[in-house]
Amino acid sequence: MNFSEVFKQSNQLCKVSPDGKYLATCVQYRLVVRDVITLQILNLYTCLDQISHMEWSSDSQFILCAMYKRGLVQVWSLEQPDWHCKIDEGSIGLVASRWSPDGRHILNTTEFHLRITVWSLCTKAVSYIKNPKACHKGIDFSRDGCYMALAERRDCKDYVCVFVCDDWHLLRHFETETQDLVGLEWSPNGCVLAVWDSCLEYKVLLYSLDGRLLFTYSAYEWSLGVKSVAWSPSSQFLAIGSYDEKVRILNHITWKKIAQFEHPAVITTTKVVVYKEMEKRSAAGNEELSLHNLTMDSTLFGNQSKYEILPSPVQMPVVRPDPDRPNPKIGVSTLAFSSDSRYLATKNDNIASVIWVWNMEKMSLEAVLEQMSAVRCFQWDPRCPRLAICTGNTNIYLWTPTGCVSVQVPSDDGGFQVHSLMWHCHGDPLILLGKDQLCLCYINTGNEDK
Amino acid sequence: MGEWWTTATGDASMDQQSTSYSRFNAILGFVSSGAYEISSISHVTMSPSRQNNLESLQLSFKNSYNLLTVFCTDDNIPQCISYINQELSSLGLSSFMELRSAGAAGLSAVPALNAAFELLQIHRRTMATLEELEKEHYKRSSTLDHMQMSNSRLRDQLELSIREKSGLHETERQLQLKIKTLQSCLKTEKDEVQKLHSIVASRASQYNHDAKRKERESAKLKERLSQLLVDRRDRKLAIDVLNCIGRADGKRSHWKTAKVTASHEGQMFKSMLRDYEASQRSLMLENGELKKVLQQMKKEMVHIVSPRQAPCRGAGTDDSKEALDSDGEEKTGDSSKEILDRSCDPAREELTNSIRQQWRKVRSHMEKLDHQVKNQVESNKEVIPRETHEDEMERMRREVQQCKEFIHTQQQLLQQQLNGSFDDETAELLSDCYTLEEKERLKEEWRLFEEQKRNFERERNYFTEAAIRLGREKKAFEEDRASWLKSQFLNMTPFANRSRCSSTDGYSALSIRSEPETRASSAKSQLSKSLNYTSFSTAKPAPAQSTMVPSTAELNRAFYLIPDSSSSGCLNRVRRQEASSTLEDDKGVMAKNGVYNGDLSIFSLETDQSSLT
Repeated sequence: MNFSEVFKQSNQLCKVSPDGKYLATCVQYRLVVRDVITLQILNLYTCLDQISHMEWSSDSQFILCAMYKRGLVQVWSLEQPDWHCKIDEGSIGLVASRWSPDGRHILNTTEFHLRITVWSLCTKAVSYIKNPKACHKGIDFSRDGCYMALAERRDCKDYVCVFVCDDWHLLRHFETETQDLVGLEWSPNGCVLAVWDSCLEYKVLLYSLDGRLLFTYSAYEWSLGVKSVAWSPSSQFLAIGSYDEKVRILNHITWKKIAQFEHPAVITTTKVVVYKEMEKRSAAGNEELSLHNLTMDSTLFGNQSKYEILPSPVQMPVVRPDPDRPNPKIGVSTLAFSSDSRYLATKNDNIASVIWVWNMEKMSLEAVLEQMSAVRCFQWDPRCPRLAICTGNTNIYLWTPTGCVSVQVPSDDGGFQVHSLMWHCHGDPLILLGKDQLCLCYINTGNEDK
Repeated sequence: MGEWWTTATGDASMDQQSTSYSRFNAILGFVSSGAYEISSISHVTMSPSRQNNLESLQLSFKNSYNLLTVFCTDDNIPQCISYINQELSSLGLSSFMELRSAGAAGLSAVPALNAAFELLQIHRRTMATLEELEKEHYKRSSTLDHMQMSNSRLRDQLELSIREKSGLHETERQLQLKIKTLQSCLKTEKDEVQKLHSIVASRASQYNHDAKRKERESAKLKERLSQLLVDRRDRKLAIDVLNCIGRADGKRSHWKTAKVTASHEGQMFKSMLRDYEASQRSLMLENGELKKVLQQMKKEMVHIVSPRQAPCRGAGTDDSKEALDSDGEEKTGDSSKEILDRSCDPAREELTNSIRQQWRKVRSHMEKLDHQVKNQVESNKEVIPRETHEDEMERMRREVQQCKEFIHTQQQLLQQQLNGSFDDETAELLSDCYTLEEKERLKEEWRLFEEQKRNFERERNYFTEAAIRLGREKKAFEEDRASWLKSQFLNMTPFANRSRCSSTDGYSALSIRSEPETRASSAKSQLSKSLNYTSFSTAKPAPAQSTMVPSTAELNRAFYLIPDSSSSGCLNRVRRQEASSTLEDDKGVMAKNGVYNGDLSIFSLETDQSSLT
C-alpha cells in the first residue's frame, strides 16, 4: 500500500472524472486538474469566488464550478482551456447546480426552490421547471441518462414528474400517495422508481416508468419510519433502513419483504465475525520494537490500531438518543451495496462506531466492525467487494470477505485525519480527503500483483 | 366436696378414698396431658363424686348389718321375725320365717336358712350388677371426658377458623377496595388517554391545516417572487458562453413535434418491455431449472421404487399391479421430457400429478417396508440361513488371520533387512553423501582454479608476445637508429645529397620530420606504446597482478549481485533505488519518502510485515 503526496483542497471538493483519467480539486477559488496517474497538474482554472460545488460532466470534457453565494456557475473545458462559460442566476439565488446526464445542460435550483433552470450549452437556451420540492433527494436521473424524475409540490400535494433528458419533454406527471415526500430513486435498470415518505410515516411506494403504482410498502405505523433507501446494483433488492434499527429487503418480483436485518446490541451467534479495533500497544517485543522504531518514527504520535476478533457474545456500545431532540440519532441511516450486490454495509446511528456487513446470498449477518470512534464515511470499491471506512482519525480501514485491516496514513506533520474517502472508478487509488488536504492511497502495488 | 365425703363415710372409708384419689389424680394427669385449661377440670371432678356415692351405699349396707345385731334381742324376736317377713315379702321371697313352736326363743331353721340363702343370692347378684354398672359407668365417664376434650378442641379449632375467616374477609374487603380504586384510576387514565388522543388528533389536524395554509402562502409568495423577478427583467440573469458546443452525440437537436413525443412514449414502452422481457426470461429460466429438478426427482423416485418391487412381484397381486403402474408411470415420465419444453397448463398439471402419485407410491412403499421390518423383528426370522452366515464368518476370520500373519512376516523381514543394513551401509551412504558434497565443492574450486590458470596463461602469452614485439620493435629501432646514424654519418660525408634522397624514399614517415621533432615523436610513440600496454594490462590483469585476482564472491558483492549478510537491507536498498528511479520518471511528483511505513495490522498478515517493509 502506497500513499501519494498530500495536496491542498478546500470544502472537500475533489472528484475523479467519469473516465477515470483526471482528478479535479478545488483550492479556494482555484480549480486544479491533474492526471490521475502522474498527478501532474494539467490545467489550472481560476473562478470568480470560492467554489462551493464542483462536478464533472459525464463525458469528462467539462467541469462545473458553482459559487452559491454569488449565484454563479462557471464551466471549464478540458480540451480547450480558453473556452469559458459563465451562468449568472442573478438575484434569484442559487442553492444547487448539477449536470444533466448528457453533459450539455446544467440544472440550477434557485433559492427557496422557486424553480429549476435548465441551461443548454449547445443553444444557450433556458427553460424552467416550476415548483420543485425542497426535499432530501428530490431529483434523480436514471442510470442510462434517459429520464429524470423530479419531486414536485403543488397545492399541498406531492407529484412526480418524469422528464426525457434528451429534450426535456415531460413524459409523465402523476400524484403520489405520500404525506410529505422526501426522496425518490430510480432502480439501476431504470424501470422502477422508488418514492418514500418523510420519517413521520413509514411508506415506500414503487412506480413503474409509466407512472403506475406497482406496490406500496409499509412495515409499521405511528412511530418514526424510513431513514434511508438503497437499490442493489443488480436492481434485485431494495433495502430500506428505518428508525426502528432494522433494514428490510424487498424483492423485485413481488415487492414483498424477503428479509429483515436487525441490529442487535448484543451479538450472540457464533457465525458472525466481530472485528474490534484495538489500540496497538507500543510495548511490543524487544526485537519488534527495535525494528518498528525505524519505521514508526514519523507516526509515533498517531494512535495506531489493529483489529481483533472477539468471541461471542459481544456487547455493542449503544448510545441512547435524546428523546427531546428532533431527528434522533437512532436507526439505520446509511446503506451501501457492494458492486456485485453480494454484500450490504449498514450503519445504525445509535451504535455509530459499528459497521455491519450483511451477506445477501445467505441473507444473514457476515461481519461486524467495531471502531474506536464513530464512523464518518464508508464506501465500497466499485470493482470488487472491498469496503473502505474512515472515522475521522489518521487511519483508514479496509474490509474484505477474507479479513480486515487498519492502516495509518503517513504524513509529515503526523496528522492526516481522514474525514471522507472515495474510490477511483476503476477501483485502485483510494482518494482520502482530510479537512483541507487530500492524498491518494494505492492499494494494489506492483508487488502484490505478482 | 371434702365435707360431703367426711359425712358420708367414716374412717373406714379413708383407704377407699385414697384409691379414688389416686384414680382422680390419674384422670387429672390424663386431663393435664390433654393440655387443656383448668376450667375444664370442674367437669371432670364430677365423676369421682359419683363413684363415692356408690361406695357409700355399700358402706351403709355394712353399717346396717352391724345394726341388725342390735336390731334383734331376746325380747323382740317375734317383732323381728314379722318385720323380716314383711321385708322378705316385699322383696318377693316366698319363705317366711316363723317361730318355732317348740321353744319360745327358737326359730325354725329351714325357712330362715332358705331366706338367708336367697338373700345371699340376691346380694351376690346385685353386687355383680353393681360391678357391671360401675364398669359401664367408668367407660361412659371416660368417653364423656374424651368427648368433652375433643369438643373443646373442636371448639378451639372452630374459633380459630372463625378468626381466620374473619381475617380473610377483611383482606378480601381491602382488596376489593383496592380493585375499585384501581378501576377508577384506570378509568380516569383511559379518559386521560382518550383526551390526549383527541388533543393530539386535533393538534395534528390543526398543524396540518396550518402547515397547508403556510405552504399555500409560501407557494403564493414564491409565485409572486418569481413573477416579480420576471417582471424586473433581471439583467444579470444570463449565460455567457464563448461559443456554443455541439451535442455529445454529435447530432443536432430536434424540433418538438407530436411525432417526437410519440417516439418518446414508444421509447419508454420499449424500455419497459425490455425490462419485462428480461425478467420474464429470468423467470422462465428459473422455472425450467425447477422443472428439471422435479423431473429428476421423479425419475429417482421411480428408480427407487421399481427395482425393489421386482423381487416381491410374486408375493402378492397388489405388488405386481403397482409395479405395472410404475412401468406406466415411467412411460409417462419419458414422454414428460417432451412436456418440459412446452410450458402450458395441462403439461404442468400432468407433471405435478405424476409427481404426486409417485410420491404417494414411495410413501406407501416406505410404510410397507416399515411394516415388513417390524414383522421380521417380531417373528425373528433370519433371511440368511445361519449356517451359511457362520461359514462366511469363519472364512473371513481365517482370511483376516492369514493377512495378519503375512503382514507380520513382512514386517519382520523388513526389520531384519533394516537392522542388517543400517550400520555399515547407511554410514557409508552418509559418508558418501558428505564426500560427494566435498568432491563437488572441490571440483568447483578446481574448475575455478583451472579457469584462473587459463587466464593466467593467456595473460602470460600476451605478455610474452608483447615482450617479443617490443624486442622486435627495439631491434627495428636500433636498426633505424643505426641507419640514421649511418645516414648522418654519410651526410657529413661528401655523398650526402645522393644518399638523402634514397633514405627519404626508403624509410618510414618518421624520418620525414625534422630532427628534434622526430626524436620527440619517437619518444612519444614509445611512451604511447607503453601507455597502451599499461591500459591493456589493467583491462586484462597483468601477470604481476593476477596473483591478486579478487574472488568471484568479492566481485559479486561489489556489484551487489549477491546479498550481504543483511540481505533484506540490501534488497530494500535496491528496491528503493528502483522505486526512486520509477518515481523520477513520474517527474518526481509522486515521490513519497519511505513509500510505506509498516503499520499494516492485518492479524493474518502480521507475519508479512517485515517483508512488506
